[in-house]
Amino acid sequence: MNIVVCIKQVPDTTNVRIDPVTNTLVRQGVESIINPFDAYAIEEGVRIRERLGEGKVTVLTMGPPQAESALREAIAVGADDATLLCSRAFAGGDTWSTSLTLALALKKMQPDVVLAGKQAIDGDTAQVGPGISCHLNWPQACYVSKIREIAKGRAVVECLMETGKEVLEVQLPAVLTVVKEINEPRLPSLKGKMRAKKAQITTWDEKAIDCDPEWVGLKGSPTAVNRTFSPPRRGGGEMIQAESASDAARIIVGKIKDLKIA
Amino acid sequence: MAENALIIDAGKCVGCQACVKVCPFGALSMADKKAVVGDACTFCGNCVPSCKFNAITMTKAEKKAAVNIDEWKGVWVFGEQIDGVIQGVVYELIGKGRELADKRGVPLTVVVPGHGMDEQCADLLQYPVDAVIQIDEPDLKHYASEPYARVIADLIAKRKPEIFLAGATAIGRSFLARVAVEVHTGLTADCTGLDITDEGLLLQTRPAFGGNIMASILCAKHRPQMSTVRHKVMQAAKKDGGRNGKVEKIGADGKLLASRTKRLEWLPEMTETVNLVDADIIVSGGRGLGKPEGFGMIEQLAKLLGGAVGSSRAAVDAGWKPYSHQVGQTGKTVQPKLYIACGISGAVQHLVGMSSSDRIIAINKDPEAPIFSVATWGIVGDVYEVVPAMIRELGGEA
Repeated sequence: MNIVVCIKQVPDTTNVRIDPVTNTLVRQGVESIINPFDAYAIEEGVRIRERLGEGKVTVLTMGPPQAESALREAIAVGADDATLLCSRAFAGGDTWSTSLTLALALKKMQPDVVLAGKQAIDGDTAQVGPGISCHLNWPQACYVSKIREIAKGRAVVECLMETGKEVLEVQLPAVLTVVKEINEPRLPSLKGKMRAKKAQITTWDEKAIDCDPEWVGLKGSPTAVNRTFSPPRRGGGEMIQAESASDAARIIVGKIKDLKIA
Repeated sequence: MAENALIIDAGKCVGCQACVKVCPFGALSMADKKAVVGDACTFCGNCVPSCKFNAITMTKAEKKAAVNIDEWKGVWVFGEQIDGVIQGVVYELIGKGRELADKRGVPLTVVVPGHGMDEQCADLLQYPVDAVIQIDEPDLKHYASEPYARVIADLIAKRKPEIFLAGATAIGRSFLARVAVEVHTGLTADCTGLDITDEGLLLQTRPAFGGNIMASILCAKHRPQMSTVRHKVMQAAKKDGGRNGKVEKIGADGKLLASRTKRLEWLPEMTETVNLVDADIIVSGGRGLGKPEGFGMIEQLAKLLGGAVGSSRAAVDAGWKPYSHQVGQTGKTVQPKLYIACGISGAVQHLVGMSSSDRIIAINKDPEAPIFSVATWGIVGDVYEVVPAMIRELGGEA
């Protein structure tokens, strides 16, 4: 089975700080990581290959040359191969044009199934997975928390919705986006790290994937960032001073009752 | 046609790096003590006012409209239903949609794909909407991404609304991206603010980078302007007798209904308390509880308050609570009226999932815990003393 996992290199937003003077994002010194949701997708791809006892897991990303390090990390945890979509033409794309770029690469790769994290932690859109699927005219399953069965042409998956789980039979090829519950990603092995170091990364530009530069990147994006600003900062509030836990409880319950929502 | 360009005047640049610091995309860097622009630039313009030396100028490309924008009129709202129940977020979309439609002087329409929804659609007319389009097909009874996307995209292409809003729910977020691809327009995810300019441009505000930054997004040259909207942020519309509108009941072309996914089973989440994202009040427990049994009192407090139970990642990873309760970066983003954090230290990953709650109560024995930095009210103390005391105060037995 030919499995492709789409990943994104993101700034580790947990280390992102807000400059107290300018009230803006401080990116300097922020580490780049594999989007955490994509790490589950990589692990799931590797598990499918291990379960079937055959197949190949290729990781695919679009990004600057530095994104290569994310691909190598994926190889260290079990991916076989890696492709980087890298070109000035792809830069600045919104979810519409990014999903088209990835879809064009996938057309060339002819996978049996595509896995990705449910969303990236920087943009938080959750739109690229379904977007790829639609550009390819494939079916999709989002928020997958378990792959019950998978074989060529068919998968049975559980999808996490707000009030429960929907069990879906999906015709393959399809795009499956996964949530954290699906697995526990492994740590890189020494052998994996060695392989990652030596691995050849395939790099494709717009010509390699037969893509009209007018349709991708910033040019091909229907949406544009108008401006960015910092959210109003939330200061610490009032500390309840009380002699005992029951006094504190009485004060706080009084405040809750005053809100008139309970 | 002017191209997008961000130009740094090397003569004026003093190398202070102020612009590098404010760029949310990491697109500016220093070379030879002067700022330079990299490929990651999205021409958001954030850096322009940051330069005290007026060294940065930006021009934006005049993009030709992809469609004749004047042909697109009206505001549409996606009437999401699950098991025949119109979802709460729909009434919030009606509230915001009404405001936008009035500013534009255009009608507000709710579109409801489903089956046997006559009563519910008639009821929607009691709200401030001008019309309801009911797409009635047995194949649309339950959500399925392909038919839902095709049917909605087909209707959009035929009727040309200028704005289309849906809830940022599991359903809304998974099929709207397909609609956007099919009709070739922009889609902005998980908006927390919507406004409109006099020219009819929808200003879509959304959090990014884990809520560390807000971005305002425009879709200038394509229609419709589409957004998914976060639940519990907009004011829900109330029944006001309606606008004497009508329900238009239509079917869908059979070829639009084909689906390559099949729903085999539905496994409802077994829970005694309400759904996390719908809740007005959330009581959450974390590592500070020390043991899974600690969630007993958390559940009891939630029940007394009519709220839902949340959990930090630490408590989920320890196996004390299922993942569906996890609040935070790799879990759910919630925005209740009141969030009560019990024994949660407040790692950034947790804070990004709950810090936009209206009010936050933090109970923790460590006075230095970061959770207190976002709390409206903080109590330094043992959760096993404070929470049972709160339960007793609310008339429960602890």
